[in-house]
Amino acid sequence: MTIKLYDYSLSGSCYKVRLLLHFLDLHYEKQQIDFYPGRQHKSLDFLQINPLGQIPALEDDGLQLRDAQAILCHLANKYDGSGRWLPRDERHFGAVMMWVMFAGGELMSASAARLHDALGYKLDINAARASAHAAFRILDDHMTLREIEGAKWIVGDHPTIADIACFPYVALSGDGGIGHEDYPALRNWMRNFRRLPRFHAMSGVPEYV
Amino acid sequence: MAVTTDSVALNEWVPCGWLGQVPLGGQMDTVIFGQKISITRSDDDCYRVETLPEDGSSGRQLPVQTRYCCIFTTLGEAKRPLPEIAEFDEPDRRVTGCGSVGVNTSPYRLVENFLDMAHFSFIHTDILGAPDRTEVLAYKTEHRKDVDEIWAIDCTFYQPAASKASATGQMTQYVYRVMSPFSVMLYKNVHCDPTRNDAICVFIQPKGETECLAYMPMAIVDENSSTADLIDFQQSIFLQDRVILENQRPALLPLDPTYELPTRADASSIAYRRWLKAMNIKFGIYEKQAA
Repeated sequence: MTIKLYDYSLSGSCYKVRLLLHFLDLHYEKQQIDFYPGRQHKSLDFLQINPLGQIPALEDDGLQLRDAQAILCHLANKYDGSGRWLPRDERHFGAVMMWVMFAGGELMSASAARLHDALGYKLDINAARASAHAAFRILDDHMTLREIEGAKWIVGDHPTIADIACFPYVALSGDGGIGHEDYPALRNWMRNFRRLPRFHAMSGVPEYV
Repeated sequence: MAVTTDSVALNEWVPCGWLGQVPLGGQMDTVIFGQKISITRSDDDCYRVETLPEDGSSGRQLPVQTRYCCIFTTLGEAKRPLPEIAEFDEPDRRVTGCGSVGVNTSPYRLVENFLDMAHFSFIHTDILGAPDRTEVLAYKTEHRKDVDEIWAIDCTFYQPAASKASATGQMTQYVYRVMSPFSVMLYKNVHCDPTRNDAICVFIQPKGETECLAYMPMAIVDENSSTADLIDFQQSIFLQDRVILENQRPALLPLDPTYELPTRADASSIAYRRWLKAMNIKFGIYEKQAA
């Protein structure tokens, strides 16, 4: 059995998958994609792997998957014997999935701002930053409430794939000109996340939050 | 910003795109020194660059050169040619552009960061530096008057993973070379062949005083790594630098030697700033505020 990740080091979405692979201590093969400037994710060869032309993509024992969020669910479902990364009980499952979807949806505005500033993508940067701030506000309010309840993680008493899915584009937002000044609960949460065993940073994740 | 009036800056060659960025028969707009310009590509290696005046009048055609994976132009009368970098002509070299990366700071902050070895252990931990081996050993700087370039020679630093080809740590020998206010490069000894040097450049397109695009062409000796891996390594290093670059204050570069206090490890930065001061460049320079 081999897991193969179609990867680009600077992609926050690929980083989500790398984080979980590390947390679960899974061995995997990495296929580097020349995302920029080569746009290899739009090449005919890669479109056979993911017709949407997006990274990450994952192959696992004949299964071919796209979408960072779906891949997180798959890896946690198959390999996490503890069940903590993706809790199945009715009190937690739905809430975890809700924030996982938020990470793949609203939070991606922070990714767009980063692509604009660092890699020169043509898009409405003010709209991207405003949407990202609105999404950060929602998550910061949630984490403030969680702090009042004495909790550290987005859902439940343990870190879940919701935390993994949300961490990269919150942590990397400075790359897109979005500061963390107004989000004290997010800063506390990021500090806790960084302290997890087997955590590793990627380029652009600030050392001090 | 308005177009700069600083003739020292205007007279330099600067990159304005990477080869392959403008499609064949296509066109791209960008900015240098606050001036909007348009690049059109009519053939494989045939580019035309002209200014795009704000009032819609017809632009002025600018000189163009393509080298080192980049399109270069100048708004003034270039006083110095593009630098000669012989490594890019060696047949077995992996010559790779890495696109361009946007950085919101002055171009000189980028050059200084590229020259600096003291940050390796802290910003590029376990790659270009180790947390327990942080010392920058003494090195020499020179102003080579014949070519009007700043060089730093006899630089050495312990590196756990000096390049994509590295399997073990090594004492890496560096030579740094500042070819213009907006371009810098290094030579570092190749992991598998100590007689040869990898050549890695940064050419900077100043869009405004604190808004740049950095181009990182390199000529590497490495038979094994894929192009995607070589680019990934270089970009990963650069995005680690980008975080600290955008957090330096002031973003403009102070040339007053009392404003920022250098240490001995900053000898190359001191030489660079003196050189900038002597050429009386004003664009992107921090002017002391009246008390």
